[in-house]
Amino acid sequence: MVTETASDGAGDKIRCDACPVMCYIKPGAAGACDRYANQDGVLVRVDPHILLERTVSHGGKLVPFQASGDWDGKIVHQPELFVTAIGAGTTYPDYKPAPFIVSSQVEGVDMVTVVTEGIFSYCGVKVKIDTDRYLGPEAATVRVDGEAVGHVTTSEYGSQMLSLGGVHHLTGGSKKEGRVTCDALMDLSNRKAVELTIDGGASVIVQAGQPPVVNGVKEERMRVGCGSATIGMFAKQWQGKVDEVVVVDDHITGVLSEHQAGKLLDIPATGIKMKGRRSTPGRYFQVAQPGTGWGGTDISDPLSILGPFDPKTAKPGTTLLMVSTTGEHAGYYVLDEALKPVQRDMPPELQFSVERIQENCEPALCTVLFMAGAGGSLRAGVTDNPVRLTRSVKDALTRVTSGGAPVYVWPGGGITYMVDVTQMPAGAFGYVPTPALVAPIEFTMTLSDYEALGGHMDYVQPLASLRDVSKDIRQLPWPGQGI
Amino acid sequence: MSRQPQIALLPDRRLHLQDGPIDLIIGAEGAEADIRAAYQAAAERFTGLLDELCSELSELRKAADQDRCVVNGVVARRMHAAVAPFAAEMFITPMAAVAGAVAEEILGAMRGAATLARAYVNNGGDIALHLEDAATFTVGLMDRPDAAGVMRRITLHAADAVRGVATSGRHGRSFSLGIADAVTVLAASAAQADAAATVIANAVDLPGHSAVVRRPACELQPDNDLGHRLVTCDVGALSETDMATALAAGEHCAQALLSDGRIEGAVLQLHGAIRAVGARLIEIVRPSRLRPAAA
Repeated sequence: MVTETASDGAGDKIRCDACPVMCYIKPGAAGACDRYANQDGVLVRVDPHILLERTVSHGGKLVPFQASGDWDGKIVHQPELFVTAIGAGTTYPDYKPAPFIVSSQVEGVDMVTVVTEGIFSYCGVKVKIDTDRYLGPEAATVRVDGEAVGHVTTSEYGSQMLSLGGVHHLTGGSKKEGRVTCDALMDLSNRKAVELTIDGGASVIVQAGQPPVVNGVKEERMRVGCGSATIGMFAKQWQGKVDEVVVVDDHITGVLSEHQAGKLLDIPATGIKMKGRRSTPGRYFQVAQPGTGWGGTDISDPLSILGPFDPKTAKPGTTLLMVSTTGEHAGYYVLDEALKPVQRDMPPELQFSVERIQENCEPALCTVLFMAGAGGSLRAGVTDNPVRLTRSVKDALTRVTSGGAPVYVWPGGGITYMVDVTQMPAGAFGYVPTPALVAPIEFTMTLSDYEALGGHMDYVQPLASLRDVSKDIRQLPWPGQGI
Repeated sequence: MSRQPQIALLPDRRLHLQDGPIDLIIGAEGAEADIRAAYQAAAERFTGLLDELCSELSELRKAADQDRCVVNGVVARRMHAAVAPFAAEMFITPMAAVAGAVAEEILGAMRGAATLARAYVNNGGDIALHLEDAATFTVGLMDRPDAAGVMRRITLHAADAVRGVATSGRHGRSFSLGIADAVTVLAASAAQADAAATVIANAVDLPGHSAVVRRPACELQPDNDLGHRLVTCDVGALSETDMATALAAGEHCAQALLSDGRIEGAVLQLHGAIRAVGARLIEIVRPSRLRPAAA
């Protein structure tokens, strides 16, 4: 979208072409949208800062507006005009100033944004896969097309974690390993789907912002809690409707009548006997092996985790609900005269509670954080004294962004950062045959700070001199998932 | 180069659509798959809708003819239909119903794509409603949004004829010829409510009163559909008598529309005074200060 002002010659009103309404706007007034205004003959956005704050406070995500033309988009007005590095090109040899060193005025302070695309040999992605299904043992190798590209790392609550890429796979192995790793990292970072296989585990299709597909089955939901937590949450809703509930979970399986939540509701013992290792009353570890069946275990018949009912306590006619932590699997059973559970049709009120468990499980997603370290050569494109840039970032005088998206800069030495790839414009990543990834990175600081850290002052150009650039922010397009 | 609307899902599962001056907040209740289908349909219908309207913008900014509709777009025709009944008595353009007509169009797309228990499309205060069975929709009316004030509440039921709620007044995005702070209208459709709210808000007036500052609309917005007509810029202190006179004029207008069956009810507000037209329960909720919605 072009938001260059177009003076129509008739007085000092301007015509806004931000949308097809094409308002004529008088000086000091705003258009029909209340978003664009005429400030001294220049078309400005009235609410960029507010819009940004509102969007962020609503949990929204922001990416720069993508414009057309040779200059591929990349301006965020937040609140100042902001140029991102995508398509900026990169520096080689190192001492050459970065492709764009741009100055703009914010609150009377000259701001400098050094815009470059970094070549990252030390880079990778951290992948969070929302699933309780077993993907593979910790430290197992993760492969693409048979080549090792990373490994399974420690899991998080409700999620399995992978650490992919890194200099070892990119340049330390065979040529093919490096190429495959580079391609996988670039595709994941550009939000494309990549199929990963894990030694001794599952095959999983990962795409940032989309649900994982584990062994060909699309994951729908994260569990609401472990089996024990699920008992605690729903005990009251089950009381009086069923005698016993087992919530099957790979981590902690919960049993209603033995659980503290059941005791507080005076739910009587049912004589149930669980396999596995009892942790505390009503909570069992290792009722089965991990797998892709019920509640992240390997079972397909839930009765296989039960021992015989205790004839001293159990009564024929006792009702039993078995359900997984996501509510995806459930069965209803009644004890016969021999105290054997026999499957029956589930009563509607129990079906409702199973659906309630499902409803409380959040949509499962894959999330991809790109992580990289800005090396000396990249920093030399910014300043002739690279370490000062590092110090400036640590002192919070210089702000680092990647494709306009906020980054987390890891404490300690160097500039090692992480960024959510879904907050970046599409197609932000490229590669060089080294192999290494090319990612946008921007450093923003005041002009005086830039001079003080040895900036390439001769190359600073005012923002207005960058022609054919758009200024707008837009929220992420239709997320596809997560409704 | 194609201009895409902003499409975002708010964390509370409402959908936010924005394109140029159109800003919609959409809610839907029903089965998960239906909500998804409805939101998808809303986003698809919304894409390009502004261009559709703008292709006939110059006609839509002209005074409506009560007998003849010269515009072709489905939304444009709905705008015309909503204002045409007023056109014999006054100057009115189809733009008086644009917000409501757009809200209705998007709601229609959602209803066509999914079975929903309840849904709404809120276009900057002009709201199109879908209510089934036991569903209700609660409208809060704030007398002083800027300060501590009294919140009043109207609850709409599926059995009511109301499927549109619109508010007009001198503080909104569009200009008003009257002095009402807010006139909220309940009607069978959002476009009808929108047009009627504009008309009633214009009727709440004190012609020639010295405390009312007016300027030609074209001086404020060169291409505004109201042209040289004087629009209200400021309202100074008013006596009790002045307020009663202005509100009575608005009430008279609203009462006539109610008798004709063109609206289902209206609430008029001016300087903290409030008048309701149409038998409808208005509850006083609590003295409260508007708080920002919890994140």
